Amino acid sequence: MNAQEIISLLPYSKPFLFVDEIEKIDENGVVGNFTFQPELDFYRGHFKDYPVTPGVILTETMAQIGLVCLGIYLLAEEEFVGQVAMTSSNVEFLKPVFPGEKVTVTSEKVYFRFNKLKCKVLMQNEKGEKVCEAEMAGMFLKV
Amino acid sequence: MTNEEIINKLKPIIVTYAPASESLDNLNENSDFIKDLNINSANLVDIVLDVEEEFGITIDNESMEKMLTVKASIDVISAKLQAK
Repeated sequence: MNAQEIISLLPYSKPFLFVDEIEKIDENGVVGNFTFQPELDFYRGHFKDYPVTPGVILTETMAQIGLVCLGIYLLAEEEFVGQVAMTSSNVEFLKPVFPGEKVTVTSEKVYFRFNKLKCKVLMQNEKGEKVCEAEMAGMFLKV
Repeated sequence: MTNEEIINKLKPIIVTYAPASESLDNLNENSDFIKDLNINSANLVDIVLDVEEEFGITIDNESMEKMLTVKASIDVISAKLQAK
């Protein structure tokens, strides 16, 4: 399964799709990126006069690239049906991400058993600085 | 390994993943992981993975699906230990 096929199977669309590119993917992990366009709606309110990417959006971006893209790849044989749920996340936020910044997410699989995928996920900015770091997990549901 | 030995090893694993509750204080063979102990399916996976490590066994999908109560888990663990 190639990167384009995986992105087409993601169960998200604008304004809640936070994956631009998958740079590298294999059974042990994934690297992908996303650029936060300054026009994104949440910048109007977070914060009122000082736009910063909300932590929940950074968490979501790490989950979409690090868990969902990887999960779709790992489930390639079994046909992913589009239902996924984040089940836990433990995130450390280290640096702010401002409008227009491009971030790279690197995820390393801890395990994928009984449809639960757990990963260690790192987000870096264009300078290569660590922006946030997480351990997160999700379940891929069968209908 | 007797059922009692199994339950003694199983209890601390369950306690790690279950939220504190009266049902957890009264944990017994009939306790249902989801209904009584409020353990979600994601934490149930972690319990099964810890069980594999603790008892040195491998749990397949079919057995995992049966492990919904303490009693059912003891049966699965006991059968896997005997098959070793």
